[in-house]
Amino acid sequence: MTLTDYLYYIILPILAFSVLLIVYRFIKGPSIADKIIALDVLITTGIGIIGVYSIIHGRSTFLDTAMILALIAFLSTVAFSYYLEKRNRKK
Amino acid sequence: MSSIIIVILITLGTLFVLLSAIGLVRMPDTYMRISVNTKAATLGVGLILVGTAVFFNDLSTTSRALVIILFVFLTAPVSAHLIGRASYFMGVKLWKGSVMDDLRGKYQRNSHVLKSEIDDTPQNNIDHTRNEDDIVK
Repeated sequence: MTLTDYLYYIILPILAFSVLLIVYRFIKGPSIADKIIALDVLITTGIGIIGVYSIIHGRSTFLDTAMILALIAFLSTVAFSYYLEKRNRKK
Repeated sequence: MSSIIIVILITLGTLFVLLSAIGLVRMPDTYMRISVNTKAATLGVGLILVGTAVFFNDLSTTSRALVIILFVFLTAPVSAHLIGRASYFMGVKLWKGSVMDDLRGKYQRNSHVLKSEIDDTPQNNIDHTRNEDDIVK
């Protein structure tokens, strides 16, 4: 079994299963904070999937997309928590 | 030889990501979910990116992977702290099995000021151990 086969048939299905678990929490999540955490972890898992994908296809250019996703995940979490904190503040 | 290292690194990273996803579903409390995901998912993604850097064995790819790792490791605690603070102010309840809450009664509900001890106006403080009905929405 080559490295590509191992990544394609074992690693990627496990990562996809964990994405499914995270999406379940994203849909169910009792409070809105749970949904934001699930979104953050979803993008973090997406960075890992992009890394595995770039090994399978042998193209290191995919890592640029992962870098931008890391930036966007941080910015979205900060913006969401900032406005959630502002929402309930009376004065 | 390098493919064995890559397999070990990526398998460990995938296991950590899977464990963080299971923890996200199974943990009973919002704060515990934040705690699980900050550590496990960050470590898993870091290991996967180190495996990517070992596979390409190239200066530009290695520096790119290191930049992503550095950025994720720097920003994960900050975002976890921010969302935990916001969910504490929003009134997300602690799990009923939690044994203590160090911030109980010390945050002011409207001004969000942190005091070092419980003052004499308890109706203005955030207290997650009281009943749902007492909290003025």
